[in-house]
Amino acid sequence: MSKAKEITLPDNVKGYSQVRLDVDLTSGKIAKSTLSGEFCRDWIGGYGFGAKILWDELKPGVDPLSPENVFVWAIGPFPTTILPTSSKYGVFAKSPLTGMFGMAISSGSVGAQARRAGINAIVIKGKASEPVYMVVDDDDYYIEPCEKTLWGKGNFETEELLREEFQDQRLAVMSIGQAGERLSKLACITNDRNRQAGRTGMGAVMGSKNLKAIAFRGTKGLKVAYPAEFYKLAKKLIKVANGPATAKYRDLGTPSGITSYNKLGMFPTMNYREGTWEEIDNGAFTGDTLNEDWVVKKVACSQCSIACDHLARVPKTHPEYPNLVASIDVEMCYSFGSNTGCKDWPTIFKCVSLCDDLGIDAISGGVTASMACELYEVGLITKKDLGYELPFGSTTNLARFTEEMILGKGFVGEIFGDGCRQAGIRLEELGRKNAGYYGMHIKGLEMPAFDLHGMNSFAVGESVSIRGACHLRNGAYGLDAKGNFDRFGYDKPLERGKAIIKLEDIYAIIDSYVICKFTRGIYENDAEMAKVYELVTGIPHTEESINKRGAAILNLSKCFNIREGWTRADDHPPEKFFKDAHTKGPAKGVVLKEEGFQKLLSGYYEARGWDTKTGIPTDETLKSLGLDFVIGKLKPAGGK
Amino acid sequence: MSRSSLKKRGGKMHQFIIIDPDLCTGCETCESVCSFVHDGEFNPINTRIHRVRIEPVFNIALACQKCEDAPCIRSCPEKALTKNEETGSIIVDDDKCNGCAFCIRACDFGVINLHIDSQKALICDLCEGMKEDFIDPEVGKTEPQCIAVCPKEAISLKNVEQIGEETRMDAVKRLFGDVSEFGSK
Repeated sequence: MSKAKEITLPDNVKGYSQVRLDVDLTSGKIAKSTLSGEFCRDWIGGYGFGAKILWDELKPGVDPLSPENVFVWAIGPFPTTILPTSSKYGVFAKSPLTGMFGMAISSGSVGAQARRAGINAIVIKGKASEPVYMVVDDDDYYIEPCEKTLWGKGNFETEELLREEFQDQRLAVMSIGQAGERLSKLACITNDRNRQAGRTGMGAVMGSKNLKAIAFRGTKGLKVAYPAEFYKLAKKLIKVANGPATAKYRDLGTPSGITSYNKLGMFPTMNYREGTWEEIDNGAFTGDTLNEDWVVKKVACSQCSIACDHLARVPKTHPEYPNLVASIDVEMCYSFGSNTGCKDWPTIFKCVSLCDDLGIDAISGGVTASMACELYEVGLITKKDLGYELPFGSTTNLARFTEEMILGKGFVGEIFGDGCRQAGIRLEELGRKNAGYYGMHIKGLEMPAFDLHGMNSFAVGESVSIRGACHLRNGAYGLDAKGNFDRFGYDKPLERGKAIIKLEDIYAIIDSYVICKFTRGIYENDAEMAKVYELVTGIPHTEESINKRGAAILNLSKCFNIREGWTRADDHPPEKFFKDAHTKGPAKGVVLKEEGFQKLLSGYYEARGWDTKTGIPTDETLKSLGLDFVIGKLKPAGGK
Repeated sequence: MSRSSLKKRGGKMHQFIIIDPDLCTGCETCESVCSFVHDGEFNPINTRIHRVRIEPVFNIALACQKCEDAPCIRSCPEKALTKNEETGSIIVDDDKCNGCAFCIRACDFGVINLHIDSQKALICDLCEGMKEDFIDPEVGKTEPQCIAVCPKEAISLKNVEQIGEETRMDAVKRLFGDVSEFGSK
């Protein structure tokens, strides 16, 4: 298989447990098999495993919420080692939100506990006849009914109940809340209270299979291929991970970005009407105020040396939310904060807590609420519809809206309960013309905390993202923010494309390892990232070979999308960026130009070795990546 | 670690691992490292230092308090536990330990457990028994690896006098505020 074929496998692969479980929820049968050394070498873990298994085993064109969808859970070789941020897992399925490749990654204790139970991947098919949860307790795997015990409960209580049941506070639990049970396309998976596999509606896929939760615990140790060398490198990485490379994630946390992005005119405000906010300018709504006034504790996932989880606490004297604790990062400061125009921190904490507990993605949730605020302002939804007012800057009503959206209650639930794209479609069906214009999503996935006005490289980077609007597939916002390219210009399409790809390929590896993108900066270079893989697994991947595998994984998930009906038109930012400009700030008066955007998009396709017109990988490219098995199978099945 | 921190004073040694809950993030790195340097594999269930998380915000870890008249030693029917008078550590004689778990029941801090494979008691030995392969060549001798690796420097080895001294200093600062210019006119 291209470069990977030249990588010799050791006699014994370490790190990976190589155990795959196949769970047929329809029959209740669980089977165990071995992932070959070649499979591990070529698909690395997490994202790579998900991409390969979904390509091979998911019938194209199926309804994402039908029993035919395939739900893949996977880790790489690192969980339970002390490699910083190693306790991560990924979930993969056809997304009910986008109709394309769905993926979400989470941390906490799940990856590490699962690895100690000896599991590498779980592939779940079918649908249970009643609500169930699954247990992975070392080599004991089983399904338990839970209609009377867990179904209907929030994520926090579900985790507590299962830990009590097992008399084990270390039991790792990934679960869905009420939103996942009612198949909201926004539904997330929550574990360890504050960690979510949030994006692309993976919680709804669990819900559609009647699967409330998976609980993991294990007692098995993990041996690495080169213990002394690994220990030395890991100690160094832990030190570096507490140095300047990750300072922003540790100290103020990602909300430190509020001020810097605001300065660049790219912190979305009032549903992307603006990219700057006076509440940030005047210092009221910043990472500093958040930390000084509200954050009480920074908490880490298992074996993570960074501890980015910033827990904010509302004082016990607060009239509405006394003692409420919420896990907060920059995305929530945007989605429920600046983007809804809400500057009241306790309201934001309340909304985030509702999302985490009742179970929807807090980015998608906030952006959908922001859409509703703007629709209210322009008169496309009214007080009569909602039963209350919902202008930008709402507080109590914002929390009320959020709860109704999550639980699917009333008008709000019916219209907004499945995110922006569905809300637009449903409102337009009611005759509310052009309502979809206010839904800020790409491919159906709501946008993260980056404005695209005058962010021309990232407009491409975010548009080509496999899972829909996402800042974590290539992080190309950095190319604009750091000035690698003229953020307002449309020059150098091929160079921009190559720069995006360089990020995207290694990001695909980070998501396959699976480690956290916050640790990207702790490695001296990609060679060191390949080295740590070799020290753990014994598989001598190199900088060149891991990047090639990253490209193969990215291409394979792209092919998944094509098979589901993707077309070039899907790689496109919302119309608003082409029509409505900011009225102030660095991007004042700037809109994206269709012709320029398309030129840059073609540049990316060209750099990828994809057809510059259709955006479909050429046979030559597929062959060079060892993806021969895809050739001839890219006919769209529909169902996107 | 300086020599003074391991010095016996008045012929007694009473020092132990302490963890600052303000700094501890609950990352479990200490547990993983503890198992790794003793056994050569990562398996926090075999740790001698134990993270405790009380949701939603409190995190700390606990290890052997090296009690002077240790209940674990008194409770062991096999006389498998002895106190190392030099370091204060309680040492398990694996040949005598039969895994009866009386020591676990006797320990007031819950910091003893049984090795999942050998079923022998595990008690913090300040890494005296760590594998030589993992000794940092720059240090050249064994030292508590949880302290060496803790990402937040939340773990330290202190004797009882140090702890009292630090607490007294904090108390005085609380009571009297900034005293650096005390008495100046």
